[in-house]
Amino acid sequence: MSPEKGVVLTGSHFMLGDQACAEGAIYAGCRFFAGYPITPATEIAERMAERLPGIGGQYIQMEDEIGSVAAILGASVAGVRAMTATSGPGFSLMQENLGLGFMMEVPCVVVNVQRGGPSTGLPTSVGQQDMMQARFGSHGDYAAIAYSPSSPQEAFELTVDAFNTAERLRTPVLVMMDEVVGHMRERVVIPAEGKRPILSRRLPSVSPVEYRPYRVDDDLVPEMALAGGGYSVRMTSLTHDESGRAVTDTATQAVLLPRLLRKVAEHREVYEQYELRHVKDAEVLVVAYGITGRSATGAVEAARARGMRAGLFRPKTVWPFPTEAFLRAAKNVRRVVVAEINMGQVALEVERLIAGQCPVVRVTSPGGEVLAPELIIEACGRDRAEKVRR
Amino acid sequence: MSPQDDEHTVRTPEMEHAPLRRHPLDSVLRSEVLPHIWCPGCGIGVALGAFLQGLDRAGVPLLKRVIVGGIGCSSRVVYYAKADAYHTTHGRAIPFATGIKLANPSLHVTVFAGDGDLFAIGGNHFIHAARRNMDLLVVCINNFNYGMTGGQAGPTTPHDARTTTTPNGNFEIPFNLPQLAAAVGAVYVARWTTLDVRRLRDCFTEAAGKQGFRFVEVLAPCPVSFGKNNDIGSGLDEMDYYRGLEHLWGSPAGLPERIEVRENGDLSGTEISLHRPIIVGKFVDRVRPTFADSYQAVATAAAAKGKKAP
Repeated sequence: MSPEKGVVLTGSHFMLGDQACAEGAIYAGCRFFAGYPITPATEIAERMAERLPGIGGQYIQMEDEIGSVAAILGASVAGVRAMTATSGPGFSLMQENLGLGFMMEVPCVVVNVQRGGPSTGLPTSVGQQDMMQARFGSHGDYAAIAYSPSSPQEAFELTVDAFNTAERLRTPVLVMMDEVVGHMRERVVIPAEGKRPILSRRLPSVSPVEYRPYRVDDDLVPEMALAGGGYSVRMTSLTHDESGRAVTDTATQAVLLPRLLRKVAEHREVYEQYELRHVKDAEVLVVAYGITGRSATGAVEAARARGMRAGLFRPKTVWPFPTEAFLRAAKNVRRVVVAEINMGQVALEVERLIAGQCPVVRVTSPGGEVLAPELIIEACGRDRAEKVRR
Repeated sequence: MSPQDDEHTVRTPEMEHAPLRRHPLDSVLRSEVLPHIWCPGCGIGVALGAFLQGLDRAGVPLLKRVIVGGIGCSSRVVYYAKADAYHTTHGRAIPFATGIKLANPSLHVTVFAGDGDLFAIGGNHFIHAARRNMDLLVVCINNFNYGMTGGQAGPTTPHDARTTTTPNGNFEIPFNLPQLAAAVGAVYVARWTTLDVRRLRDCFTEAAGKQGFRFVEVLAPCPVSFGKNNDIGSGLDEMDYYRGLEHLWGSPAGLPERIEVRENGDLSGTEISLHRPIIVGKFVDRVRPTFADSYQAVATAAAAKGKKAP
C-alpha cells in the first residue's frame, strides 16, 4: 500500500474543508483510514471511503472511535500511513489509545472537526472547545502536537504537514479543525505530487540482532521496525527500556518520559507554523486560530483602517504553542486579545506567557457561531473585562 | 521451522560449565526474558506452549507471526513468544490487530487475551471483528476472573462463584463464549482446557491453517485467585475439576458425559456452571468470505472505474 503515481488530484478544486483534509492525507501517502460517522467530520470518512479502494488503500468503518484509533495504530506499525477523523464525543473516546500512540511512538494523524460541547452539545455548529483536551486529554504526561487550519486550503496543507510531523517524530499528530472550516467550500489548490515535501519515518539502519526498538541518538527519535520486517518487534504500553522490554520502575520511567517530551520540544522546526500580520508596530496583538483566525484577520484590518495599531498572531500549530515567536510579536504591545470559540482555553497559555506584562483580553463564546470581527475590534479598544458572545 | 537465534539463550555464570540444555520451544520463545510473570499452577504457559507448537505444525513462519495482546495476565504472552509483538491497551487488542492485518495481509495475526479483556471492556470489538470475519485468530484464556488485579468477577465468572468482588457468590449470569462467538459469525470456534494439551495444540494447528475470524477458548486454572476463592485447590486440582472427577461433582448419576469433540455446531449444554461437567470440543468450522475478500472485490471494481475523484 505504498503511494502510487497518479492518485493525487493536482489542480484547482472547489471543495469542502473536510474533503480537502482527506485529499491532504492522500497526498501525504495515507492509505489507511479507520473511522466512525460523526458530524461534522463525516465527510472526511466519506471521501476516504470513496477514494481509498481505488488507489490501493484501505477504508474500514469501525464499531467506535476507540477501535478507530487502535486500528490506525495497528496499520501504522505495519508500515502504512493512517488517519482517523472525528468530533468532540469521538475525540473523548480516542484519548485512551492516543496515549498508546504517544507511549509506543506510533506515527498517525487524528483529525477533530470541533463542534460545540460539552457532551453531544451542538453537533452541527462550530466550537473550539477541545483545544485543552487536545493538549491534555489522555492520561499521563505527554507532548501533543496540534495544527489548526483556517481554510480548506490550509486543511489540505496542514494535513500533509501533520503526516510529515507524525512520521518524522514518530508520534500521533492532531489536526484540530472546526465545523465551519470543515463545512466551508472554497478553492483548494492541490500541488503536483512531491511539490510539498513528504517526510518518512526512519527505518532500522542496523541488523535485527543489533536493533533496539527505542534506542535513540541526539535526534531523540528512535528508528522504527515494522511488523513483518524481520526485526522481532516488541512494543508495549507499559513503561519500557530501549530494548522495548517492559520495565516498570522509576529509573526506566525517568529515562523514557523526559525523552518523549524532549523529542517534541526540541524539534520545533519540524512542526511550528504561524502567521504574523502587522505585528511590527502593533500596540494590540490579536491571537486567534482556526476559523476565528479569519475573523481576527478581518478585525485587525478593520481596526487598522480605524487608526488602531492592531496586529495578528495566528498559530497554525497551536500545540506546542509557538512560544518564542509569540513573545517576540508581543514584546512591545500594550494589550493582547485572545479570540476563540470557547470560554477561554488557549487564552490560558497566552496569559501564562504574558505573565502580567500587559492586559490579556479574552473574546469568548459558548459556541454555535463564528465570532464576529466587530467583537474582536471592540476588545482591541478595551482594557479589561471579558467580552462574552451573547 | 528452523530453530536458531541462539544469541538470545541466557547463560548465567553458574551455568558456564554445565551442558547447555535446550527447551523444545526455545526456538520460538524469547528465552532471554524468562522467567515469566505467571503464578505457580497458572494455565497460561500451557496454552502458550500448545499455541506455539500448533503454529509450528501449521507451518506459520516465525517472521510472519504477529501477536497482539491487551492488558492482563494472558496478554503477557506477547513478551515471551518470538513474533512481532504488541502489548496494547485493555480490550483494544482486536482493533489494533485489525489494523496490522489489513495493512499487511501476509502476516498471521493472533490476538491473545483474557476473558475480561476480550469480553467485558473489549466485547464490542470482538463481536464486530467476528461479524466482519476479520482474518484473525483470537485466543481467549478464560480463567473465570480478573487474575492480574487479584481475582475480581468478570463476564465469564460462573454463577455462584466467589471472587473478591462477589464474596457471597456471583449473582450475575456469565457469557457462554462459544455460543457468543458462533452467533456473531466466527468461522471456527473451539473450547479446550489446559488439561487437553494435545487437542489444544491440534486445535491451534487447525485454526492457524484457516482464514477468517477464528476463536479458541482455553479454560485455564487461576489457583491463586479463582481456585482459592472457590476451594478448588491447586492448579492440578483445577485440572481434575476440568476432568469432571466424581468426587468434585458429588454424585455422577444423571450427569452428562464430558463431551470431547463436537463438530456439528451443537452448542447445547456448553454453558459453564460450577455444578456440572464442562463440555469442550470444536463447535464451529465453516467458511464465510473474509472482510479482505469482500473489500478486494470492491477495490478491484473501484480501481477499474478509474482513479477519478468524486
